[in-house]
Amino acid sequence: MSAGRSDPAALAQMLDTLCPMHALIDATGHIRHAGPALCKLRPDRQLNGRRLLEVMELRRPRAEGHMAGLLALARQKLHFALRDRPRTELKGVLVPLGDEFGLPGGAVLNLSFGISIVDAVREYALTGTDFAATDLAVELLYLVEAKSTAMDELRRLNLRLDGARAQAEQAAYTDKLTGLRNRRALEPVLDDAVRSGRSFALLHLDLDWFKAVNDGFGHAAGDRVLQAVAERLTEGTRERDTQIRVGGDEFLLVLPRAGGREEISRLARRLIDSIERPVMHDGRELRVSASIGACLSTDYDPVDVTRMMRGADTALYAAKAAGRGRCVFHDPKPGGSGFAGPA
Amino acid sequence: MHGLVNQAIERFACETYDEGFWKDVCRRAGLGSCAFDAMQVYDGAITERVLDALFQTLGKGQDEVLEDIGTFLVSARASTAVRRLLRFSGTDFVDFLYSLDDLPARVRLAVPDLLLPQLELHEHAAHRFSLAVGATDGLRNRYGHVMLGLLRAMADDYGALVVLEHKGAKGNEEIIAITLLETAFAEGRNFELAAGAQ
Repeated sequence: MSAGRSDPAALAQMLDTLCPMHALIDATGHIRHAGPALCKLRPDRQLNGRRLLEVMELRRPRAEGHMAGLLALARQKLHFALRDRPRTELKGVLVPLGDEFGLPGGAVLNLSFGISIVDAVREYALTGTDFAATDLAVELLYLVEAKSTAMDELRRLNLRLDGARAQAEQAAYTDKLTGLRNRRALEPVLDDAVRSGRSFALLHLDLDWFKAVNDGFGHAAGDRVLQAVAERLTEGTRERDTQIRVGGDEFLLVLPRAGGREEISRLARRLIDSIERPVMHDGRELRVSASIGACLSTDYDPVDVTRMMRGADTALYAAKAAGRGRCVFHDPKPGGSGFAGPA
Repeated sequence: MHGLVNQAIERFACETYDEGFWKDVCRRAGLGSCAFDAMQVYDGAITERVLDALFQTLGKGQDEVLEDIGTFLVSARASTAVRRLLRFSGTDFVDFLYSLDDLPARVRLAVPDLLLPQLELHEHAAHRFSLAVGATDGLRNRYGHVMLGLLRAMADDYGALVVLEHKGAKGNEEIIAITLLETAFAEGRNFELAAGAQ
């Protein structure tokens, strides 16, 4: 046997380049040489001379904890985990060595990170030179990073689009002149009110004498009045109430858990009084009033938005007919008068 | 034109100069909005208009500005992602040069619809190379100077000392001459494979 053939150092040197994360194991199961990448996993430990299965545990398949047990698993895929922290998982394959390499009864164990590679490169601060030139690990890491960069960008794009959509929705449901909700908001607001299962009141409000302001002082004056009314409706109701401008000088108030007729009457009176306060425009006092048709969801069984809307509308008509500047309730109960006490 | 390219120009203008400057460029280019979306595809004519407006607003030669953009792509603080993705291509500068032919394919792996010009490296003698930069997406004779700036910055990143020269255009190709004086002239910037490690 020639010296060259029996020298495991020549084999080690070749393997350092071809598969840097390998170990040469002797017949007693001790590490005789650890490749440079394997050394990098435990930089402050001498791996040479230690028993392989003391450094790492064979997870799968199960085997006897000695060299013969390992050799019995030659050429199969093996799953290891390092015994101390960080307990990195490794994939491996073992090939027994013949006499010609100077390590009779020994074996080469080649290792790789498998899917744990993303954590491993961080854990051990690995660089491109820690992998064999033919290893796809670096390409894999490139892909992982490229994909997560692209995902981040998509996430940012999504957030931006969400923001834009919320803004557009808000704009679509807002009346430009008064800042109140507009007619488009009517259906979703009423749907929400019904779905909540709680009682609510519907107030259909129409301005009195608004046409006189518009005709007499111009549209700018009319707009100013509408803005003032919107402010007063918002101030005169609660946070959870919704004020909708459904058309020209018509408004709808949806008031969840607003109490009974007595409470609503008082509220309606207050709102009408506040609307009757003069609005200043170009040094002039503009005056309007309001009529209100109201109905309570508790008067309807089952709650029916279409009927309530019709009821409030009818009640509004009655309020106008009764002399304006007042609130009339609609009473849908059989045998009821249709209307109940003006406020 | 891919939004990433337009956005790179936008970031270059905003960070090298400022947002007011970028707004001036957009105004000059007749753009409605000043913000490009990285994931959207735009008409190539828009990119041309933006570049022309950029050259005019800066009052600098276009070659110089394009080269600055290339350098910005790699060395700006905001574009660590580009620098990192480029560093995956090679362990040293020569290795990086050798991998340039694969760069467009590598980029397509990350962003499938981002088309970059064909790159072809020729090795003339030890340490003497030339890079042929093709045209793509209607942008002719633009990428050469961007590549020049990018190569300069990458050489710096690897710590290599190089002389780069734009040799002009031949047909649809621009030629960059690369002479490598020293591979390890200075200490390069560290590159760990793990994202966020540096």
